[in-house]
Formats: sequence, C-alpha cells, structure tokens
Amino acid sequence: MEKISTLTGVAVPLKRGNVDTDQIIPAVYLKRVTKTGFEDALFAAWRGDPEFVLNQEPYKNGKVLIAGPDFGTGSSREHAVWALRDYGFTAVLSARFGDIFRGNSGKQGLLTGQVDEADIERLWAAIEAQPGIEATVDLIEKTATVGDLTVSFAIDDYTRWRLLEGLDDIGLTLRDEAAITEFESRRASWRPRTLPVK
Amino acid sequence: MSTPSSSAPGAGSEVPNESSDNAPEGVDTAAADSASLDTVAIDTVAIDIRELLRADAEAAAAEAEFADTDLDATDAAAAEAADATPAADPAPAFDAQDTGAGAGRPRTLAEKVWDDHLVVKGENGSPDLLYIDLHLVHEVTSPQAFDGLRAEGRPVRRLDLTIATEDHNTPTLAIDKPIADLTSRTQIDTLRANAKEFGVRLHSLGDLEQGIVHVVGPQLGLTMPGITVVCGDSHTSTHGAFGAMAFGIGTSEVEHVLATQTLPLKPFKTMAITVEGTLRPGVTAKDIILAVIAKIGTGGGQGYVLEYRGSAIRQLSVEGRMTICNMSIEAGARAGMVAPDDITFDYLKGRPHAPAGQDWDDAVAYWRTLQTDDDAVFDAEVFLDADTLEPFVTWGTNPGQGVSLSESVPDPSTIIDPNERASAERALEYMDLEAGTPLKEIKVDAVFMGSCTNSRIEDLRAFASVIKGQKKADGVRVMVVPGSARVRIEAEAEGIDKIVEEFGAEWRFAGCSMCLGMNPDQLAPGERCASTSNRNFEGRQGKGGRTHLVSPLVAAATAIRGTLSSVSDLNEDAKRETVGA
Ligand code: SF4
Repeated sequence: MEKISTLTGVAVPLKRGNVDTDQIIPAVYLKRVTKTGFEDALFAAWRGDPEFVLNQEPYKNGKVLIAGPDFGTGSSREHAVWALRDYGFTAVLSARFGDIFRGNSGKQGLLTGQVDEADIERLWAAIEAQPGIEATVDLIEKTATVGDLTVSFAIDDYTRWRLLEGLDDIGLTLRDEAAITEFESRRASWRPRTLPVK
Repeated sequence: MSTPSSSAPGAGSEVPNESSDNAPEGVDTAAADSASLDTVAIDTVAIDIRELLRADAEAAAAEAEFADTDLDATDAAAAEAADATPAADPAPAFDAQDTGAGAGRPRTLAEKVWDDHLVVKGENGSPDLLYIDLHLVHEVTSPQAFDGLRAEGRPVRRLDLTIATEDHNTPTLAIDKPIADLTSRTQIDTLRANAKEFGVRLHSLGDLEQGIVHVVGPQLGLTMPGITVVCGDSHTSTHGAFGAMAFGIGTSEVEHVLATQTLPLKPFKTMAITVEGTLRPGVTAKDIILAVIAKIGTGGGQGYVLEYRGSAIRQLSVEGRMTICNMSIEAGARAGMVAPDDITFDYLKGRPHAPAGQDWDDAVAYWRTLQTDDDAVFDAEVFLDADTLEPFVTWGTNPGQGVSLSESVPDPSTIIDPNERASAERALEYMDLEAGTPLKEIKVDAVFMGSCTNSRIEDLRAFASVIKGQKKADGVRVMVVPGSARVRIEAEAEGIDKIVEEFGAEWRFAGCSMCLGMNPDQLAPGERCASTSNRNFEGRQGKGGRTHLVSPLVAAATAIRGTLSSVSDLNEDAKRETVGA
C-alpha cells in the first residue's frame, strides 16, 4: 500500500445522500475472481444516465469524491472500496460514512474524511463554479482545499497513521515478523503439516 | 466445573444473572419447552442472551455466508465470498488475564488453545496476534486473496500449513466433463491457476482426497486437538470437534493468513453447552444441535466459542461431534469445541498426517492437558437433557425454527415477540405450511443426504442401515452425496452404493452439492426437501426450494415413507404389517 500525505486531483460533487454499497457496486459484480478491474462497476446503475456526474466531461477523471451524508452504508462488501479505487478515487469526503465501509477504506488505502455538512455544500458550490477544478487533500493538516476554500476534515488517529505509513493489515502484522518467526521456531513438531504430501 | 449460573464473573459479561419474569416466549423457547429440554431454570439465560444479541445477530445474519436471499444461489455464493464479515469485534473476553504463562488461573479449553497460539498479546484494546496451524482453502473465497498477494508481490508464508480443495462448485455427475456453468468453472480454474503459481497443495476434482473442505481436513489427519484452523467458510467450526479452535474467515483474512500465517483477533467469550444423559435409539448428534439452536436462537452464540460437554457429548463419535460443532455457526457462534479424549485419539491415530512415533506420544500428553479446568468459569452456560430428546426437524427458514418431529407446525399468533412472530409468519408462507399441521403429515419431493454436516462414512452407514432392502417412496427424488472422494470409495467398499441404488436413490460424486446449489444439484421452485445439511434459508437449495433440516436417520425414514418420519415410525409400520398379515 502506498503512503499518503497529500492527494491532489479532480474533485467530483456527488450530490446524493445515503449512497449504500449496493449503489457503489451492485451485487451482480461480486462474482468476479479478481480484486481489481472494478472501475466499470462503480455506480453501475447510474452510469447509463448521461446526466450522471461521472459522465460529464470535467469530472470523468475524478480523484476526490465529495459525497452527501451517509456514504457507504449497507453490506460490508470490500468491493465498494475496490471499485472507487479502481476508478481512480483516492479520497472520499462526506458528512457521515457507513462504519464498515470506512473501516474497509482505511485498510485499502482509500482516505475517508468526515466534513461538516455545511462545508460539503460549500465545497460543492466551489467545484460547480469551476467544474474540473482540482482538490487537494492534506492528511497531515487534515484539510481539503478547492481553490480559495479550505475546510478541515476528521479522521481517526489510527487510520490516519496507517495511511501516512502506507500500512495495510498485512503490512501492519508484518511489523511483528520477528515475533512470528520466533513463534514458528518453537512450534512443536507434532503440529500439522500439509507438506510433504502423505 | 463452574456453577450452573448464567452470570459471568467479572467484566465482559453480557448475561445478566436474574431470573426473567418474562414468560418464555417465542417459538424457539416453546419448542424447547415442549421437548422438555431444559433441566434447570437456565432457559432464562438463553432467552436473555437471545434478546441481548438479537440485533447483533440480525446484523450478522445479513452479512453471513450465503444469507443474501435476494440473490440466486450462485449470486449468493459470490456475495458471500465478497461480503464476508470482517473480523468481528466481539466484546473482549478472556481479557485482563495474564496469558503469558497461562498457569495459575483455571482456564477453559478455548482459552488454553488461544493462549498457546499467542504470537503477540494485544495491549490497550488492540487485538491479539494469533498463530494459525492449518489453513484450508477452497475456490469460492480464495481468488481475491491470491490476487491481493500478487498485487503486493507477497508469497504464501507457509505452504506447508496450507491445503486447498475444490468443493462448492464441483459437479456430482459426469465429473470428467468440463463444468458447464461459467462462474463455477472460472472459480475452479482460478483456484487451479493460483495453486500452481503459488505452490499450494490442491486436491482437484477426480483426486482421491478431493471433497468438502471440512471432510478432507479430518480424513487426512490434519485436523487435530489443540490447533488453530481457519478457512474462508463459516462451517470451519466443524474442526472444533477435535478440540481445535476453528473458525471461518472472510476473503481479506484469507489473504492475511496466506501472507502471515497469523490473524489479529480479539478473544471470544466462552459458553458451555452441557448435554447430559443418553440419547434414545433413533436420536443423533444432529438432533442435539438442532435442539440447541432452537433453544438459544440463531443469535444466541454471537461472540462466543461454544464448548459442548457432558455425558451425551462424551459418548458421541468424532463424526457426531463434528456434526454438532459444524452447526455452531447457525447459533451465531464463531466456533464450537469438544475437549479431546480417547475417542478423538483413536479416530486420529494412523491417519496420513497424524503425528507418529515420539511426536504422537508428545501430542497425546499435551492433548490430555486441554480439558477445561474444573473451576474454570464460562461467560454463559446452557443445559440440555439428552434422555428426553426426540428427533428434531426445522419447519421454518432459519435453523432455529425447529421442533420435535412428533409435534405440529407452531402457530405464529402465539409468539409474543413481534419480530419473531413476523419472521415465523413469513417462514410459514415461504414454506407453504399451515400452523397446527403435524410435521409427520408433511410430504416431501426430495431427500438430500450430504453436506459437511452429515456426509462422512458414519452418516452414510446410518442412512444405509435404514434403507437397506427397502424401496424409496414413489415420486420422491433421493440424492446421496458423499463428503469426499475417499468417503465415496470407502462406502463403495462396504456396498453402500448398491444399497442406495437398489433403494432407488442417486449415488453421486463428492462435493457440497445440494447443500447450497452452486452446482446443478438444486431444488425446483416450490419443491420440498428433507435435507441433512445445515441451512434452511429461503432459496438455499435452489430458488423457491423449501428445506427441512433433519438427521441422516430421519432423512432415510422420510425417503421410505414420503413424509417427514422417524425410524420409530418405520418400526410402527412394520408392527402394523405383521399384525395385519
Ligand atoms: S457442504 Fe454446504 S455448508 Fe458445508 S462447506 Fe459446502 S456449502 Fe458450505
């Protein structure tokens, strides 16, 4: 996982609330056997609509999603994070997130920042005044900037630390690799082994 | 042995020790009462647990394996792979204990196994890092895990603690032909490619050791007491029958174990399920666990490791114990365990991967220390009387909606809890059943004998012993699916295949089959099935299919009579015939 400190990219106003994980990625896409390549599945139900924000030219290469409240509620599918990430999003700002979605995001390197609802509205206004404008999300300062407007966001310290260090769950565990190796050296010889095949 | 009190000592208890003056309510309790299952006023415990945890359980059920009933079986399976619940965050349990040495304080079986796998003890609320002795892999929940390793350039840390098999999608007929369903074939092909690329031992369709992952581990002697076992499948709890700590994990945890051979976990709470007495003829391990789930509810075990104990459990074979531990998850528990004893050691000895020589002696000496200490205390306790237990059957669409086979379909209007009442009403509508209908009058269209709950050689023997020399009822389709290729061969050596075929039933190749209908083995809409599997969710065995969970003995008797039946009904029939003749 890459270390994150500042992210800059096209800001996309998603002016809808209660976007649950089924809307982020419908169940029909869950049959796939890969962990990547979900960009076409993102918001699949809305992508056919030419009016949908991601179908509008300035927003096509969106990197920072600025969404209505209660983003990512519903089922725990990790694919919701994969789809956002595969499309190119590196950060999502919203007034409220689904808990599991936020947890999954932190583990997969997608920054989720909690921003006051009024500030979300101000961000939307700033973006719509200049469609295609970039946003800069600063994880060190915990701020998001669009043009002249800078708002602050909340993120829990633990997740922030992990994103700054680029630690996914596995990376985090591997910090204890010496302890794992030491444990293995003490493992009794009667304990099971699948190899060699008997 | 701790006192039969519901109150957990110290912090972390969620089970108030007060006798509830709520009259026992709900179908579950009614079932338990009429079956005289409760020996002590411990019913209160079960009810309290259930009420406290219902919300959690519902949340869990929504995320649980294959629970998404909006999807067809295949979608549901894929959704399971995708929606697997991330490591649950059960309330801290054996917390604040010095687990370093483990000595000094009385501990339960689960705590002993946990302590002996601590790589790093979590501090300040962070999880423990637990070592995993055995990782079982199958085609549904592993593809993205391998993909994740590939993306980060990580190898599998311990190929020698990892083993894969094909089971959920495999056909049970014409296994030499390419798999027709594209999703199924893709998952199988992906597992084969991943196993080859990473060097994982794989038993493919056609191989002697291929079969349901939870049948394969034990038959190879890889599952043994005192180890930790994980698999991307919720019925991993099966392996707890040996006194192992075994639980299902989600796909990202599969990746985590492949990469590190460890898992960060918060300890579980412990619950004792004590079953005393002797089972009557025709009553089996399956009836015990169906009765337990009916008693504590599908959320009653949430956050707990269940330890099954008492004289009735001690008398069970390892296969019977596996049937019980297998369904722990249906009570919402993360794992189920039985302390190892001579029955366990006899079962294990001489199996291909069982310890041998000095290792065997060392292992047995250690395994004997795993019994729960006499004065260890469980966070909750439940009691069940084996003497009065009857064959059990489910009438609804969750495994907790069950009653004794001699009873009638319950009346939802007598259920006080509005959620449970609504759920019972919905269930009866889906199952097309009238309240008050005697269960024994319910006709079935199909009988499924198989699944990781009941597809081992002992299960097939029990089934065969009842149908031997008989003919199946007209119009009933009977399918017998061994749990593994090896079980199939063993059964054939004993002539079980002939008995099955002469009975008029289908003798199939090994796999999950109609347990979830990811392969072509499915019920047609509206078909009713007596099934030895573990989940009676809507559409589980095929869209619109209706499932009654039963034991192999009840499945056999039902296949003969065409209506839900027990072995004792067959004896009655025989008596009547003799008298009439
Ligand atoms: S037999 Fe059924 S419950 Fe068991 S692993 Fe297969 S699908 Fe899951």
